[in-house]
Amino acid sequence: MLSELAATALLALSLRSIISLNAYSGYNKPPMFGDYEAQRHWQEVTVNLDVKEWYTNGTHNDLQYWGLDYPPLTAYHSYLVGLAAKSHNASFVELHSSRGVESREHKSFMRLTVLVADVLIYLPAIWILSAAIDRTFQSNIKQVLLLLLALYPGQVLIDNGHFQYNNISLGLAAIAIAAILCDKNFLAAFMFTLALNYKQMELYHALPFFSYLLGTTLSHKSFKSFATQLTAIATIVLTVFAILWLPWLHSIDAASQVLHRLFPLGRGVFEDKVANVWCSINVIFKLKKYFLNHQMALICLGTTLITVLPTNIILFWRRSKPMFLLTLFNTSAAFFLFSFQVHEKTILLVALPAICLFQWWPSEMLWFLEVSVFSMIPLLRRDHLLVPSAAATVLFHIVFKSDYFKDNKEQILENKLLNMTIIISEILMIFIVIGFIAIKPSARYPDIWPLIISVVSCAHIFLFLVWGYVKQIMQCNRKLNDKVE
Amino acid sequence: MSGYFWQFVGISTALKVLLLPAHFSTDFEVHRNWLAITHSLPMNRWYVDTVSEWTLDYPPFFAYFEWLLSQMAKYVDPKMLVLSNLKYASPETVYFQKISVIVTDLVYVLGVRSCLAALGVAKNTQQHITGCLLMLLNVGLIFVDHIHFQYNGFLFGLLLLSLSALLKQRYLWSAFIFAVLLNFKHIFLYMAPAFAVYLLKFYCLNKNGNQFALSVGKLLTVGLTPFVLSFGPFWRQLPQVISRLFPFKRGLTHAYWAPNIWALYNTADKLAVLALKRTPPNTMSSTSSGLVQEVKHIVLPNITPETTFLLTLVFMLPILMKLFLTKTRDQARLLMMRAVVLCACSSFVFGWHVHEKAILMCLIPLSLLAVVDRRDAKYAFILSVAGYFSLLPLLFELDLLVPRYALYLTYVAMLYSQLDRIYKPKLKFQLVEFIYFVGFLTIPLYEHVFSRLFGVHERLPFMPLLLTSLYCSLGVLYFFVRYYIYVLDITWPIWPAKRRTPQVKFSAAKRKRKTK
Repeated sequence: MLSELAATALLALSLRSIISLNAYSGYNKPPMFGDYEAQRHWQEVTVNLDVKEWYTNGTHNDLQYWGLDYPPLTAYHSYLVGLAAKSHNASFVELHSSRGVESREHKSFMRLTVLVADVLIYLPAIWILSAAIDRTFQSNIKQVLLLLLALYPGQVLIDNGHFQYNNISLGLAAIAIAAILCDKNFLAAFMFTLALNYKQMELYHALPFFSYLLGTTLSHKSFKSFATQLTAIATIVLTVFAILWLPWLHSIDAASQVLHRLFPLGRGVFEDKVANVWCSINVIFKLKKYFLNHQMALICLGTTLITVLPTNIILFWRRSKPMFLLTLFNTSAAFFLFSFQVHEKTILLVALPAICLFQWWPSEMLWFLEVSVFSMIPLLRRDHLLVPSAAATVLFHIVFKSDYFKDNKEQILENKLLNMTIIISEILMIFIVIGFIAIKPSARYPDIWPLIISVVSCAHIFLFLVWGYVKQIMQCNRKLNDKVE
Repeated sequence: MSGYFWQFVGISTALKVLLLPAHFSTDFEVHRNWLAITHSLPMNRWYVDTVSEWTLDYPPFFAYFEWLLSQMAKYVDPKMLVLSNLKYASPETVYFQKISVIVTDLVYVLGVRSCLAALGVAKNTQQHITGCLLMLLNVGLIFVDHIHFQYNGFLFGLLLLSLSALLKQRYLWSAFIFAVLLNFKHIFLYMAPAFAVYLLKFYCLNKNGNQFALSVGKLLTVGLTPFVLSFGPFWRQLPQVISRLFPFKRGLTHAYWAPNIWALYNTADKLAVLALKRTPPNTMSSTSSGLVQEVKHIVLPNITPETTFLLTLVFMLPILMKLFLTKTRDQARLLMMRAVVLCACSSFVFGWHVHEKAILMCLIPLSLLAVVDRRDAKYAFILSVAGYFSLLPLLFELDLLVPRYALYLTYVAMLYSQLDRIYKPKLKFQLVEFIYFVGFLTIPLYEHVFSRLFGVHERLPFMPLLLTSLYCSLGVLYFFVRYYIYVLDITWPIWPAKRRTPQVKFSAAKRKRKTK
């Protein structure tokens, strides 16, 4: 029903605007502040400097102080927001002197820009995505799925609380997924290229798109239609790239400087504690002692490819839409676990496909989504967002465990073992969070709680990756059997 | 599905916790000051103290309640209990006070539960689910209690408990709870006539001579006990307490005009001044100056408190008469709820110095009626659109602007879709009503876009408030008239039968059959 969907979308907006009332990352923490200041600084840089100087170090652009390290679409977005800031109150983006601006008016302005992105991109995108899933799989799940996407606390807490614009890249990726589901491959290629040009982390989603689209084009019987399809998709992707990267394409140096900013090998395999394999191994085996940075990067690349390629090859040969979503989940989880320079927030890229899989495995996916919020707890605590995180997660949990929605979830099989595992894991997570708040770590291990959280979440995500592979292989077999019969 | 009630309670509590960082209003300081007064002064100074301008002006039970809270507050942050610590708002204080609102809302939760049961709404039906959603996630209470800051939740809880006791025929219990409620917040006096009439008719009058006197005696004893308990300790300074409770020095309208008839009256006066080009004799006390001052009308005759009381009473009479003339308890069940709504609405429309928040006194009982009867639902929707919108100016802080519109729209959309689930075929609105709903868009558009584009927002700073209260008052008055006519029509024992118009007869008869 339209009015219910509208109510859900408005609820999403309400939740986001309420989370916006909280503190943001780096509030009152000079000299570097946090992601909020980073975003503001990019507005300052893009508004005041020539396009060519955006990514290069200079007298007016100190890359050590939050240098731009996202692709051009982010830069253009910062530029637009910066123009709005300038017309509203020029002191927000004045070169140099605006560093660390912290007024209530500025906070309202910045929060509003995220909410504008929510209204213009994320909310329509999740509406489209849930409608597309509903239509493709005939599952009558639009309402629940929209609510799930609307209330998922991870994305809200990071974007509207911590302060980032993941809603834009995730929204574009969601439209791309919806386009794949509706067989609009050109649109999918276009949207995904945009998403990739907003945040390079969208690479986590790139392989499944690539193998699905390649598989579809190859499945054309005549060579001619295959060639036209392939050139069309390639043209779309390359044109979008060319247009967006135009200011830096005049020389190889300029382009490689941008690339260098996007993939900073120098920053090490991980910065803060993050729930991936390397950070967990590092507990007992100090990686930095044994490997140089570029060696580590190669190890990451190798392991990521090993874990990512099989699932994508399966997708390529056994192409189907549920399989695409499953591959998306597996690939992004593998990237999160094994790749180089992973941030806590990147788990949001795994959460998006997880929500898409909700109709087949509701209990598992809800569990995963809660684990994903849990894995970000140290970050959220640093931003003083623990209370809203807890409240938003409890709200999310109750809504989806509530009996009110049971009649929409006929697929739930009473799997006692699974339910027990989930309950044990949830209790474990709750106790760890309570311990994190209540028990001060000893001076010898100041980071013990974030580390415990990282390792526990990493174990969960790893299990989910294994689970995803098992499900995928089972799907293959079923397909094969169907064909044999 | 029976677990959904407490799950909704959980959802609403989580939402309230999320609202902890929201900016609060001066009412927060008012209540903090009361904590300080009751904690640090002897009782005989409670209603005399004037250290802060926010003197204690609620009845003694509320003061006792604040005293009780202060006993816990001293373990949280004793500095909030210091009288001279004006505008003290440490994080602990904010959390303590806001969480006390969330916790005392439990009374409201119990009230909702028992009132839905008393109205005969069966559990696990769409009606019951809708009723729970509308009441537990009520956006008006969220605005007024959990953002603006007040304790209405638990007061309305007492009201609902009293109403449900009445409907379950536990009359003495109902009278007792209602009397307690009056000693917490005396604004509920406006509903007292409905309770009095109902109790008189169904508790006292359906008994013979001796028993009648006995029942009146019992009722009075039970009803007056809370007053004795509450005002007893203050009997030496009763006039002082009463003068604090009923401050007639405040004007006809509040700083922001509540959307009632006086908003229209004030506007008419302003327009007349403009039209006749009469210069105001004293610009200081002009009505829109934004301060709580006495109002002097310039062209139209001045309104005295007596006039407003007379008007309120006169407009309460028909529904009270009807309630009194109702024969059976079954017929009176819903009528009692409607009488409560109409009494509250009469006082809202005609009352002296009405606050915009008082619209909740109509909206909350009406939300319960909305799940019971189709036509009540329609009127509830109209009043909800206007009434909750009129609360928006309470949340004027810059960063509350998006949440206030988003929450309001979410609630209205939820209300519509929930009513849509109950009533098939859909609720139909007339063209005028539909145009009225759409017209609400113009107010935020003017406030946030046009007034800034044309640069008039500095010259006419109160224009958005004026527009809001004017436009909402149209809706409130429309509701009042239409709903009154509808309620009186329904089983009116005398005049529909005499009337010759067959349409009315037919519909009345049809409805009669339905109620049976």
